[in-house]
Amino acid sequence: MSDNPDKKVDEFNLVGKARRRVDARAKVTGQARFADDLVLPRMLHCKLLRSRLPHAKIKSVTTDKARAAAGVRLILTGYDTPVPYGILPVSHDEHPLCTDKVRFVGDPIAAVIADSEEEATAALDLIHVDLEPLTTISDAEEALRIPEPRIHDYGDEGNLHKKVAFDFGDVDEALRNSERVFEDVFFYEGNTHLAIEQHATLAAIDDAAGPDGRLTVWSSTQTPHYLHRALAKALELDPARVRVVAIANGGGFGGKSDPFNHEIVVAKAALMLGRPVKICLTREEVFYCHRGRHPVLMKLRTGVSLDGKIKGMELQTLLDGGAYGSYGVASTFYTGALQTVTYKVPRYRFQGCRAFTNKPPCGPKRGHGTPQPRFGLEVQLDKIATALKLDPADLRLQQLVEPRSLTANYMSVETIGLGECIRRVVDGSGFRARRSGGKLPTPGDIAPVRGLGLACSSYLSGAGLPIYWNDLPQSGVQLQLDRSGRVTAFCGATEIGQGSDDVLALCVAEILGIEIADIKVLTGDTDLTPVDLGSYSSRVTLMMGNAAIEAATRARDLVAKAVSDKMGVPVEKLRFAERRVTFIDDPARVMSWQDAVILAEAKHGTLGTTGSYKPPRSAAKYKGGGVGPTPTYSYSAAVVEVEVDPVTGWYDVIKVWIGHDIGRALNPPLTEGQVIGSVYMGLGEALMEESTFRRLPPKLSGALVHKFPSMLEYKSPSTMEMPPVEVFLVEDPDSRGPFGAKEVGQGPLLPMMPAIANAIFDAVGVRVDEVPITAEKIARALDAATKGRPARVGPTKFPAVAWPEALKIAPPWEGGDGTASNDRPKKERMARPGEVPIGDAPIIRPEVRR
Amino acid sequence: MMRCPEFRYFAPDTVEEVVKILAEEGPRASLLGGGTDLVPNMKRRQQTPAVLVATRRVKELHNVENDATSARLGSGITLARIAASPTLRPWSALVRAAAQVATPHIRNTGTLGGNLCVDTRCNYYDQSYEWRKAIDFCMKKDGGVCWVAPGSPRCWAVSSTDCAPALIALDAQVELVSKGQTRIVPVAQLYNDDGIEYLARRPDELIASVRLGDPTGWRSTYWKLRRREAFDFPVLSVAAAVKLEGDRVVEARVVFGAVASRPVVADVSALIGNRLDDASIERVADSASKLAKPLDNTDFTLGWRKRVAKAYVSGALKELRGDDLETLGLLARRQSMLRVLS
Repeated sequence: MSDNPDKKVDEFNLVGKARRRVDARAKVTGQARFADDLVLPRMLHCKLLRSRLPHAKIKSVTTDKARAAAGVRLILTGYDTPVPYGILPVSHDEHPLCTDKVRFVGDPIAAVIADSEEEATAALDLIHVDLEPLTTISDAEEALRIPEPRIHDYGDEGNLHKKVAFDFGDVDEALRNSERVFEDVFFYEGNTHLAIEQHATLAAIDDAAGPDGRLTVWSSTQTPHYLHRALAKALELDPARVRVVAIANGGGFGGKSDPFNHEIVVAKAALMLGRPVKICLTREEVFYCHRGRHPVLMKLRTGVSLDGKIKGMELQTLLDGGAYGSYGVASTFYTGALQTVTYKVPRYRFQGCRAFTNKPPCGPKRGHGTPQPRFGLEVQLDKIATALKLDPADLRLQQLVEPRSLTANYMSVETIGLGECIRRVVDGSGFRARRSGGKLPTPGDIAPVRGLGLACSSYLSGAGLPIYWNDLPQSGVQLQLDRSGRVTAFCGATEIGQGSDDVLALCVAEILGIEIADIKVLTGDTDLTPVDLGSYSSRVTLMMGNAAIEAATRARDLVAKAVSDKMGVPVEKLRFAERRVTFIDDPARVMSWQDAVILAEAKHGTLGTTGSYKPPRSAAKYKGGGVGPTPTYSYSAAVVEVEVDPVTGWYDVIKVWIGHDIGRALNPPLTEGQVIGSVYMGLGEALMEESTFRRLPPKLSGALVHKFPSMLEYKSPSTMEMPPVEVFLVEDPDSRGPFGAKEVGQGPLLPMMPAIANAIFDAVGVRVDEVPITAEKIARALDAATKGRPARVGPTKFPAVAWPEALKIAPPWEGGDGTASNDRPKKERMARPGEVPIGDAPIIRPEVRR
Repeated sequence: MMRCPEFRYFAPDTVEEVVKILAEEGPRASLLGGGTDLVPNMKRRQQTPAVLVATRRVKELHNVENDATSARLGSGITLARIAASPTLRPWSALVRAAAQVATPHIRNTGTLGGNLCVDTRCNYYDQSYEWRKAIDFCMKKDGGVCWVAPGSPRCWAVSSTDCAPALIALDAQVELVSKGQTRIVPVAQLYNDDGIEYLARRPDELIASVRLGDPTGWRSTYWKLRRREAFDFPVLSVAAAVKLEGDRVVEARVVFGAVASRPVVADVSALIGNRLDDASIERVADSASKLAKPLDNTDFTLGWRKRVAKAYVSGALKELRGDDLETLGLLARRQSMLRVLS
């Protein structure tokens, strides 16, 4: 499908050439309109009353006073929106407004819709909520210990949402036969996306149609299609009556991938009032929407031979999921899925457990569930290299996964440019010659010490399966060709700042041999555009790109046929470039693109084509094997140089060298921008970002609050902390990607955290087995060393979890076929239409309750 | 978005008018300089003044008069102006303190007077109304308990002004004007050791100016600890000033910021008459840093802030001795970015 990916860059019209992205001018000049910029006549404003208790039963909600307040038009409570929803079919456990209980500080209980935002805010204080407090579960280990009261009445047991276990071959035997076994416990603190734009939504009814009017929702969302489904479900509307427009988006990073309560609430209010209703969340409320990185405690045991080759690996993860399911089941699988796709792991065991806690729900953040175990793996490899006196780069290079191969857990690797990434960053940074060697500072030393650390990673170019089971294309593109020569590309893909509109225009223009200026893109509108599943899992360039290439190729074929008939030359002898169609054998015989389109319209009638994309089938046929497969993986390697103060543990990041296996860079500055943006976000996680919570003295208060839900006190790096970044794009075109391209939006984030941990060790000889890696922790580890204790900060124990019986899957090289020997047949375990998914919360309607 | 509560707004042209309004309106009025501290606090309902008296139009508050031996700075001048002023460089500690407040945007708006009066800060207090409601409020606003020290009868919010420690180290004074009265007090006396009543300024008083004395023979500096080199309030700062005759210290002052509810002046008399050698600096740094008793209500853990307090006193004094900042460790290098200013 991809248009001859082996072409050299100069054989392309536009691919691989630096261009200004299609949406750049509107964004930098402030002309792009975001959801909160929209104002409609007679528009009302919505504010949400949120729970101030972390876990409680709702006994009553009294709204009389608020209803009578100035400017108030409507108050909604849980009974107005009783139908549950959720992003995954297995966890429809959210209500737009809480019905019977609240599960974290910030859970919405009621909505006020008023003439102004001030009046809506003032009325919040007039609503009286009678709450009966319940025991608070503040973290995953507490959830293990305290099964009752349950935060949800579904899940694997007590307050454990999901437990999974897999054995890919006999891991115990592999570890027994290893010359050395390394065991480490790591902790990765949660953090959040911190997109600059706060979530905002406007809902309006097409009042020309009266009571049957259609609902339109403009929202800062990454997934208009999933929001479309959620609105139809939660509001019990015919989906054909609902239109979702993913308007210009000020950053997502996974934080706008769920359907949100505020989106459903303003839609409900607009339906009830027949007037437009808008909500724009405060920064604090964005912290309560969250869906950010799960805090993960993990234990990693790896058996190696004395030359550092991995013989077997065992990973246990414990995820603190927060109060709702969100993407959590997928997140749980993701903590185990990609450990095998970089280095050969002959046998692999993975056990994962996600707990419910009384905190804002965690979900997908850039890297979704994979940065945490990747941190553990890459730090442990560094420890193995130190212990076995091996070079960390050679240790990795000697056991890279082969191209076009299957891993122990049946992930299918296509091209792998990781070796080249490692070589480029190692050479570029002088890694081998410039390392300090991990010596502890001599007491009294005050001079800063430099260190270099290496780490690698991999990420998906789009999840192999959609969120809900279906056999439909995951991306569709429709083209309309106008007599002016203009081509409009329609696609449900969502521009969230990553550049997807630019990729769409590029793919179409490249195939048709026309200019970017000839393309009009129209995206993310469920009324106008064919479905694309959304901007998540780094899927858009690959999936939308392939769909766009298919649609454009079909359009080119139509035009070529008309031109070939007219010129009397074979179709395959026509070249589409520079807005012209040229006869290759006689370039004097040439026709302008516009004339060619007119000719084609005269021949075929109105011109329009479609293209669509569905990923290839995965080899992982066992239950749970749906998370992890992708058309192709991207790879990254990074070297980070730090300078550490041996007195206080303070450190500066001096420079980052990062290599990324992009397959093909479609618009290199955009690609590099995504790499550098990932580096920045990874540095934030490594250096300082943490979503931490404050529990007040229990005798005095039951409060469990986010410690600092503000941009000032939730610390994220400023430009002052950003080091120079040297980017190496490794281009080994992958036949599954559009023009050979793979993902770039997420992968380059992953090596940053372990590379910094490894660099700190190289500089001052201490191990911080936790993220974030702060000066305080380094100072603590240095203190420990001076007292003769291990020079390390980090967790020491992984709690006992009653793991379920592992699915037993033989690796491909042990005669396996991708199925589990002890699995239930696929037919039995597939959710059928009409079957109640396990996480579907009850619909509590007023008549039932009152 | 978060919105301000309602207020009446005055924008008088003269100091006389300002103090007349303050006298008439009493404690329900608040002075408005750049508004960079007050306005967000109002949005979070930490402060809900019924009346705002803006000082921006009062021309005489924007005056800077100085020669080689003294300076009188109008309280309405911006922090950016102080940071960029070539004639104020002899008072290096102040210039560095002003240059390190928040961000360029805030320094372009925020004023000297506003920074001296900046509200004390605490992680339990600098939160929205709804958040504070979820912890049942604290004694600084709407509640009865100090959540940092629940048994304490007082509020432990942290003095977060950058300019005050610098000005105290420089032995500066403020001119407080009220209706029919002017008093001049040392900057140190502007503050109480209480997170709520942190200002000794009466509600009817305006800080009209700051007066700096003769800098001849003095060297001064200001070191600020914060997570990021922009945005952040200090979580520890050290202002230091020494007057040398030959290689002997004849006068010295070291002041901590952001370790208590007011700036804390350290006893550095041990330096007097001595050279600034490593031994005497370490001795003073050791004893002075014991004064820094941070609580767990700002960024960073308190144990670590204590550790840095000692390193900062020692580093600041070594800088004043003439050591190259590049040789004083990583945290010193952060200060060295500002060396161009002094």
